[in-house]
Amino acid sequence: MGAWAKSKGTPYFLMGPGLLWLTIFFVLPMLFMLSVSLYQGSLDTTFEMTWHFENFKTAITDFDTQFVRSFIYAGAATLLCLVIAYPLSYAIAFKAGRWRQVMLLCVIAPFFTTYLIRTYAWQTILSNDGTVVNVFQTLGILGDDGTLLKTPTAVIAGLTYNFLPFMVLPIYASLEQMDTRLIEAGRDLYSNARTAFFKITLPISMPGVIAGTLLTFIPAVGDYVNATFLGSPNQAMIGNVIQSQYLVTKDYPIAAAISFIMMALIVLMIAIYIKFAGEESLMGDEAEVVTAK
Amino acid sequence: MKAVNWIRERGVMIFAILVVIYTLLPIAVIIAFSFNDPAGKFNFTWQGFTTQYWGDAFAISDLNKAMLTSLELAAAATIIATILGTMIALALVRYQFRGRRMANLLIVIPMTSPEVVIGAALLSMFVYFQVSTGFITLLIAHIMFSISFVVVVVRSRLIGFDRRLEEAARDLGADASTTFRTVTLPLIAPGLISAALLAFALSLDDFVISNFNSGTTVTFPLYIFGAAQRGIPVQVNVFATMLFMLTVVAMVVTVLQQRRAEKLASVRPDQEDGTTPGLPASAPATATS
Repeated sequence: MGAWAKSKGTPYFLMGPGLLWLTIFFVLPMLFMLSVSLYQGSLDTTFEMTWHFENFKTAITDFDTQFVRSFIYAGAATLLCLVIAYPLSYAIAFKAGRWRQVMLLCVIAPFFTTYLIRTYAWQTILSNDGTVVNVFQTLGILGDDGTLLKTPTAVIAGLTYNFLPFMVLPIYASLEQMDTRLIEAGRDLYSNARTAFFKITLPISMPGVIAGTLLTFIPAVGDYVNATFLGSPNQAMIGNVIQSQYLVTKDYPIAAAISFIMMALIVLMIAIYIKFAGEESLMGDEAEVVTAK
Repeated sequence: MKAVNWIRERGVMIFAILVVIYTLLPIAVIIAFSFNDPAGKFNFTWQGFTTQYWGDAFAISDLNKAMLTSLELAAAATIIATILGTMIALALVRYQFRGRRMANLLIVIPMTSPEVVIGAALLSMFVYFQVSTGFITLLIAHIMFSISFVVVVVRSRLIGFDRRLEEAARDLGADASTTFRTVTLPLIAPGLISAALLAFALSLDDFVISNFNSGTTVTFPLYIFGAAQRGIPVQVNVFATMLFMLTVVAMVVTVLQQRRAEKLASVRPDQEDGTTPGLPASAPATATS
């Protein structure tokens, strides 16, 4: 160890600039948003700090449909992601053999293509004269004048597609590092594959499932791109409201109140998550430092 | 019965392959429609094959300008975020200090906050201080949301790092900075490269936070959003296809590099004599710190 490593100040010196950046441009703005949510006034007059808690009431009563809708859409998309991602991750981790890297690449690479273009591609795929609508109409799933765009189904499908990797990666990570001898031992003990799966594989991958659920739900609940491209105003989510209140109506106090309510709900979810899954699962692998003590 | 067993055996794999097709489907559509010859302004239905728009890839000056802005922004944000994030990761993995919980929290929360809230909050602050939004405010925002991801990637790399290699260098007479340059940096370089690529991709792709803080500056995603109502020109598909190809190349290169680095890092004396093959690479490192 060099002298620089012995100095107590070194970690603070190393972290300082980055954490300062996060404090000034993340924490501080959040506090500003909180204070703006208690302002009163309009862009034409001036905004004034009046501790106007009424804004929160207005935010909830005026936009309760969008709040509820966002949670339903994001919840449905998260569930679908889980149903798709778990078998997929399982197959990649245990069944893919030498195709493992290739399959993982195939699943991840599309998500490095601009998000908006991917969603736009779904607009093309689901469009009224597209193949999917035609097939659905022939099969009778959709009526002859039935459409997929501008329906909740399209928005949920878009959310599911766009946030799938956030579910796949944590589940895959938890399955991949699993000791496969445990499954063998399970097979010896319980004899049937199903019991071994539910008693061993599933519990071990649970942290991945919980992390994936959280990482999928949070961006999905705040999303407004899918609702804009694949839905209509009838499918507007809370993100659409925040966006239009900030950038179009410019009713900053109400917009700030809505954002803050959403942030509070999410912090609550994270707190519950940490209580159940432990801090390490979210904060990263600290095992090294802890065991050294 | 044979067929049933066959399906049962391979069911998970068949499902997985279907999912892979599903994830690649929009990409296939994007690439196919870059060769489409649309009748009107909207590039929604297949009209006929043409390579015209690949030839005229750079014919729309607004689009070129937006793409250039995005690339400049992503390059600047990546460099700064990678430096700041790597420094944080070094501190977190190699030192015991007070306030590590706070530091961890500060890194995790931005990653778990909805972008729309981050964007709106930043705009609240810029409006309050009457900062006019534009390239600089975009740069500030992009660095901010990239730092956490850099920390996570670099940290995972540092945790598997055998610090005895550094000690060996010091024993052989190298000073701290030489050790860092010739031993530490080359070994964590693959991690830094993946982190930088991730930051670059995040920046290039960001629409939501940018939409709040861009002012009159137009990035590639903002151009697409603006053009969506009027009909997105085919050139956007051409650009997206090129970006996708570059991404695949970059990912393959990093995977290969990582494998090489793992091979390098796995050459340890104790593994060669076979006495303690199961010893985790990190254990001795923390014991000495």
